[in-house]
This record gives sequence, C-alpha cells and structure tokens, in this order.
Amino acid sequence: MASGVKPRVKVPKKAAAGDVITIKTLISHKMESGQRKDKEGNVIPRSIINRFTCDFNGENVVDIKLEPAISTNPFFEFEAKVPEAGEFQFTWYDDDGSVYEATKSIAIG
Amino acid sequence: MELTRRNAILLGAGAVLASGLPALASTATDDAIDTFTGGAAVGEGDLKLTAPEIAENGNTVPIEVASSTAVEIMVLATGNPTPSVATFKFGSMAATRNASTRIRLAGTQDVVAIAKLEDGSFVQASSAVKVTIGGCGG
Repeated sequence: MASGVKPRVKVPKKAAAGDVITIKTLISHKMESGQRKDKEGNVIPRSIINRFTCDFNGENVVDIKLEPAISTNPFFEFEAKVPEAGEFQFTWYDDDGSVYEATKSIAIG
Repeated sequence: MELTRRNAILLGAGAVLASGLPALASTATDDAIDTFTGGAAVGEGDLKLTAPEIAENGNTVPIEVASSTAVEIMVLATGNPTPSVATFKFGSMAATRNASTRIRLAGTQDVVAIAKLEDGSFVQASSAVKVTIGGCGG
C-alpha cells in the first residue's frame, strides 16, 4: 500500500431536491508512472490508482479509468443530480489492490 | 565524415529510424482509438475539450471535457509514451457530462478526446498544448 494516501472530497452539506451539485475530489497519491528512473538508472515500478468511482445511494455517478498520465494527487471535478437525501460513496482502487473509500451524506433543505 | 557508400547507408538508416519514431507514437494513438470505437468512424460534434494553450509544467495540466449526450469519454495524449490518459463513464446520477482533472504531458503535443454518444456514434475533439517542462521524468 502506498503510504500517506488521504482522500479528500468536497460535497455541499445540503441541496434542494433535484439540484445539480458540483463534487470535487482529490486523493494524495504519488501516481508513480512506471516511466521514471531512480539514481541508479533502474525503472521505478508503476504504482497508480487505476480506477475511481462515485455512487449516490448505490447508483453510479461516474466511473473513471485512470492511466499513468494522470497527475500526482489525482483530482476530479464533476456534477451530480440530487433527487433525494442520501449518501455519496467514493472509491479509489490502487494498483496494489488497496481500496480507499470516503462517504459524504447530503441533506435536502 | 567522408561520404563513402557505407556512410551513406548508415545515414539513410538513421533517417528512416528518426522518421519512424513519430509514426510509431501515432500508431499507438490510433490503436487506442480503434479499441475504444471498435473501428467505427469518428466524427465531430457534441464534445468540447478545454486545455491550456501553454502549460508551464507538464506534470499537472488541467483539462476539462464537456458534452451533453456522451456516455463515455476517452482522453488521449498523442505525444506521451503511452497515449491513454483516462476514460470517463457517466452513470445515471451524473447531472452533466462534464468532468475535469489534471494530467501529465511529456511535451508539446495534441490532446485528443473521443466521446461515445447516446446514439452510439463517436465524436472527437482535440486541443494543442505547448509544454515548457515535460512531465514524464527522465
């Protein structure tokens, strides 16, 4: 598992039913591309997050496949519908099999 | 260097090698596009790719893709060692088909986005980005 992985998600605390909200996510991860070499000239093995998904109450919002060309600390911004109060689940899948999760609930008001 | 027959052949071989390299890179891009579209024709239309004209640091270049009917959007960096960048799939709870992220670019190149629309057709948008410092390490 890559060290110091910390997901951060920005979701409004409440919204009106049917609103469109903007979600921003960032996860600290070095996203080693597998192209770089260390001082001795050995290739540093690839270690990236290869998939990110966001669901709202079990329904998919986005499902993103990441490649080594995504920057360090992958950042995503997208928009979601909020028909009802509920919970957003965010999941990041690491190359090494680790899964990082975050959840944010949103109220209608 | 004297222009002997041997040298002339070497020069020629070198030139072929040099000109062959960019061709190789674009083949990888074409392959990625073919895999995504399944060989279908790619038109122009409901897709917008926003990228800076000049990126000082190739390690983190902000890009945005936007469309109103896309189901899936693939982003390619044609000049990177591996052209694939990311593939966005929009689910039922996605309000818009817009997304932004930050990508790495090895050098000045075209960034291409290809979208699969709801009707099954494919559209393409591209944007040229000048990169001052490449972002793929040494």
